[in-house]
Amino acid sequence: MSTASYTYAVARPFNPTQAAGIVGVDGAAIHLVRHQDLVAVVSPLAPAEADETALRARLETLSELEVIARAHHRVVAAVAACTPTLPFRLATVHRTDDRVAQLLRREYRRFRETLDRFAGRVEVGVKIYVQHAGASAGMSVAEKTDGSGSARAGRDYLRNRREQRDRRQHAWRRATTAAEQMDAVLAGLAVDRRQHRTQSAELSAAPGENVFNAAYLVDAGRAEELAARAQRLGAENPHVTIEITGPWPPYSFADSEEGT
Amino acid sequence: MSPAAFPAQEVALVDLLDRLLAGGIVLAGDITLAIADIDMVQISLRALITSLDRTTRSGAAERDQ
Repeated sequence: MSTASYTYAVARPFNPTQAAGIVGVDGAAIHLVRHQDLVAVVSPLAPAEADETALRARLETLSELEVIARAHHRVVAAVAACTPTLPFRLATVHRTDDRVAQLLRREYRRFRETLDRFAGRVEVGVKIYVQHAGASAGMSVAEKTDGSGSARAGRDYLRNRREQRDRRQHAWRRATTAAEQMDAVLAGLAVDRRQHRTQSAELSAAPGENVFNAAYLVDAGRAEELAARAQRLGAENPHVTIEITGPWPPYSFADSEEGT
Repeated sequence: MSPAAFPAQEVALVDLLDRLLAGGIVLAGDITLAIADIDMVQISLRALITSLDRTTRSGAAERDQ
């Protein structure tokens, strides 16, 4: 059984020496499948790794998922650095290169249109966080009132818990309002925007609660301006912190519908 | 390109997964593997939760010792 074809992206043709030595998933060297003025960026995947059960099992193991995701990103980012690139979803696998060529023929117009839209553009990620100060204040008051009657201590404890919850809700509302205002400014600098789901605190190293997670498609020449503007908006607002990521290949805009 | 307004650190896995599991074009039909149709976000969440469970358990074990 021959190898399968792991496909990273479709791109406008580029000088292959610019991508020389780039390896993809499982350390396999990449090659190009051509159709007219499009290329698909592909690497071989061993047959044993290319069936749904095997691939799925790997993707459900965090360390394996990370290795595959970073290999995928390494290839897409390298290609996107030299030519307009339409990234594919992680783990897009075809049985053979011929099937990839068929895909290029079938989707030619759609791929061309999307690549035209991506030409000279990058994605910038912006995340906004709210800090919850004094999150443990409620407990300490209850502990301090110990000895002055347990009923009163209980009331104090509940009141403090309530106040703490109200403070959190107020801070969250204030931060989301700020995020909406910042988003409007940043969207004005961008060609398009997409909103991602907010990240849970356990999964991200950033302090605070993520209240806003978006991506902006922007002319490459304006990416720094957008990032700097976002940093400034964040610095001006004492209630939120802001985190910029990128510039990224246009992952978040690969599905062709406009806006969200 | 690495403008000063952008952080220089390595891409965080959580930001990468936002993009690789919810972004990227999804091609149905000629794909020989159904993996493209599987909810990739569900897969990643399962992987993350399993890993968090393991971290929490090993953390608790260390405290108990």
